[in-house]
Amino acid sequence: MNIFLLALLLMAAGAVATGIIAIRPVTAASNRTANALGPGTAALACLLGLIGVFSGGWTSIESFQTAWGLPFGALAFGLDPLSRLFLLPVFVLGLSCALAGSISLRHTDPEEHNLGAHWAFYLILLLGMTCVMTARDGIFFMLSWELMSLSPFFLIDFNDRDRNVQDASWVYLVAAHLGAVFLIAFFAMLWQQNGTTLFAAMTVEAPAHATLLFLCAFIGFGAKAGLAPLHVWLPEAHPAAPSHVSALLSGAMLNAGLYGIIRSFDLLGPMQEHPAWWGWLLVGVGIVTALMGILKALGQSHLKRLLAYSSVENMGLMVMAAGVGLVGVQNGIAWIAALGFSGCLFHMLNHSAFKGLLFLCAGEVLHSTGTVDMTKLGGLQKRMPMLGMLFALGAASIACLPPFNGFAGEFVISLSLVKGLYLHGLEQKIAMLVTLVGLMLVSGISAFVYLKAYGMTFLGQPRSQFAEAPHAPENRLLLPLCLPAALCVVGGLGAKFVFQMIQPTIAFIPVMPKSLLGIAQDVVISGTSSLLGNISLFGIFGILLVAGAAYLRRILLGRKEVKRGPTWGCGYQYGTPRIQYTPASFVEPAARIFGNVIGTETKPQIDESYFPQKSSFGVSAPDVVRGKFYTPLFEKILDACNALKVFQSGVVNTYILYIIVTLIALLFWGVA
Amino acid sequence: MYSLFQFVILLLLISDLVVLWSGRILMLIRLSALQGMLLAALLLLPINGHLDGEHIFLACAVFALKGIGFPVFLRRVSHKLGIEPMVRVRLGRFFPLLAGLACLAFSMLLENRIAEALGLFPHMLLPVALTTLFTGLIVVVNCAKALTQVIGYLVAENGIFILGIPLMTEGSMWFELSILLDVFAAIFVMAIAINHINSAFSSIDLAHFRNLRD
Repeated sequence: MNIFLLALLLMAAGAVATGIIAIRPVTAASNRTANALGPGTAALACLLGLIGVFSGGWTSIESFQTAWGLPFGALAFGLDPLSRLFLLPVFVLGLSCALAGSISLRHTDPEEHNLGAHWAFYLILLLGMTCVMTARDGIFFMLSWELMSLSPFFLIDFNDRDRNVQDASWVYLVAAHLGAVFLIAFFAMLWQQNGTTLFAAMTVEAPAHATLLFLCAFIGFGAKAGLAPLHVWLPEAHPAAPSHVSALLSGAMLNAGLYGIIRSFDLLGPMQEHPAWWGWLLVGVGIVTALMGILKALGQSHLKRLLAYSSVENMGLMVMAAGVGLVGVQNGIAWIAALGFSGCLFHMLNHSAFKGLLFLCAGEVLHSTGTVDMTKLGGLQKRMPMLGMLFALGAASIACLPPFNGFAGEFVISLSLVKGLYLHGLEQKIAMLVTLVGLMLVSGISAFVYLKAYGMTFLGQPRSQFAEAPHAPENRLLLPLCLPAALCVVGGLGAKFVFQMIQPTIAFIPVMPKSLLGIAQDVVISGTSSLLGNISLFGIFGILLVAGAAYLRRILLGRKEVKRGPTWGCGYQYGTPRIQYTPASFVEPAARIFGNVIGTETKPQIDESYFPQKSSFGVSAPDVVRGKFYTPLFEKILDACNALKVFQSGVVNTYILYIIVTLIALLFWGVA
Repeated sequence: MYSLFQFVILLLLISDLVVLWSGRILMLIRLSALQGMLLAALLLLPINGHLDGEHIFLACAVFALKGIGFPVFLRRVSHKLGIEPMVRVRLGRFFPLLAGLACLAFSMLLENRIAEALGLFPHMLLPVALTTLFTGLIVVVNCAKALTQVIGYLVAENGIFILGIPLMTEGSMWFELSILLDVFAAIFVMAIAINHINSAFSSIDLAHFRNLRD
């Protein structure tokens, strides 16, 4: 615990130090200092934090509490298996993104950017996330939550001269605070009922108005996790932010929403006493979010926006898996309960690894070519082989291709759903099967989406001069990306061990009843982990086979002359990049099929006369929820607020008149 | 003693009505001075007939500040700024007076409703206190110049002070004194602010503040 607290202090000290640099005049030297000090402190603090997480035993429960001078709440930290598990992505990605960010920002123009401020907010974000995952007091939790929610606003707004970036950061801020309103209501109601804000004292029995509390927690935490229809900030904020920030937000901060949902189960008493639709609500919202997210990702030609929608999809899957676990608990079926929660947490770890990697890769693409618009990219694999390989690894993982970690996580989730036929009642059985079908559909489309993302960006021929001659990064500068990449491989080949590492958390979370836990450990867990072990063996065998084949190819071709032709040459004498698939034409069939469901728009302009004229084809996937619901809603609110401006005359005398009128009205009200 | 108390209260009420009708800044300053002196007199005429040292001390303080200090200070400010002698009003002079009378009627209605139940306030004290308070606010609403706003604020504060007199208990002198100090600071700050506004806008007409809204 002491090492962990030291890590927290280091983050705070780093934030203060870089903050001091930030308030002084910005020069090239001050930016250099900040760009060394900020990431250095962040990396050191994350390493210390990792040591702190593993020190004292993975399964042990430690706590630290002290008064803090406020009349309510307390500075209460705790490390338990749930917190430890969620802290892993924070520290690993915190470290990796700090180093990658430091490299990508090293040539920043001091006229445009204040790196002191950037790194101060980065450290504050890290501090906020760490405190959220370890807070054991409602007030302290909300303060940390605000710290975690506010700092990304400044991080997203890094390129603040761009109008779109400004809009994105405001959309983020509004969404974050609408979510926080529900969380404040959640904790205030619990506080009122229990008379204390300490989590330990709240968990005794089921509170009154449990359903209202559950909905508040679900909406509040769901908004952070990006569940539909509260996901609208995600596809705006992630593309706008610098890539190392996007990676951290997507890989670590979104998890805070999931963490909150699982932690809030503790505060709501035994789950068996609550209505069965709670679990099904999570499953339903989760699978709808996942489907919507991946279908929207399909229509994107902006690489980072595609990744952002894919984050929505993955958060949906995790919440769905948590819901499946809850359904299992409520129906008393150990298999579904244990594997549902295991799958949720396993996928959380995996998503952090591959999404962090993919965002960092996208950042490198942006850095080297100046764009992440896939219609202008292509052919980067030949020009930046190392980066292409890393991206391919991340894409294969997220597309659930064995033997990488994405497959292992979604395999556990699918296993939990398979036993849906053991649920009571026909409607539950059917619902579980429909969910399974949904999960398969999501996985399939996600493979298609990442085939597009990798293919359009790295394969084929360059579609513009941006991709023609990129500033290829040196391989050593890609080292920070190797950490999440290694985890993608380790999570797949060592899936058995990662799965076993999650089990203490499953045994710890109070939502899992002890009666189910015994059965789960004997049959389900051991069975699943040996299955995962076998899959890993096949995976290792597969990798060896591919490596062997590649080696053989090399030997066989070694003595012969190898002639290389242009990609998509196809026998044309004068091939041109324009005969390749474009991102739009690649997804055209799928866009046509799903267009009615999710509002994908296809814009074909094809001339079918005998002598074809200029033709074009485009696919766009505007966010229907934002365009049809939020924008009109907020415009109405803006109109209502503007209508109130008639009272704001600007004349002081009139304002005093309002006071008199209010005073007299109150006196009337008081005596009436 | 009691009839004298009632007489002072009546004088306060008349001074309120004159404040509402008056059209000259100097007159307003003098009336605020008169009100300050009447407040000091009220303190010296305790309702239960018992006069102690605290009351006398407070009366002296009120007399010195509200009766002499503020008026002299305000007069010097008005001299320095060279303000025109007549008050520039927004709603004329008739409507404010009518509003003041309406407030008086409303306060008397209130007295019937609550003062009896409380049993604390002597007859007519609550209506006069509230009328003074409303008079001050009406002056603030009606007048266009910043200096008259300060006088309005002072009159409104006098109303609050009258409300506090029957509620004074043992040891509350320090409380009243601290409020007096607060008012002193407020008047001082407002006068300085007016001075700055005058130099920035070359006028202390509140209509210019309109430009400051968003």
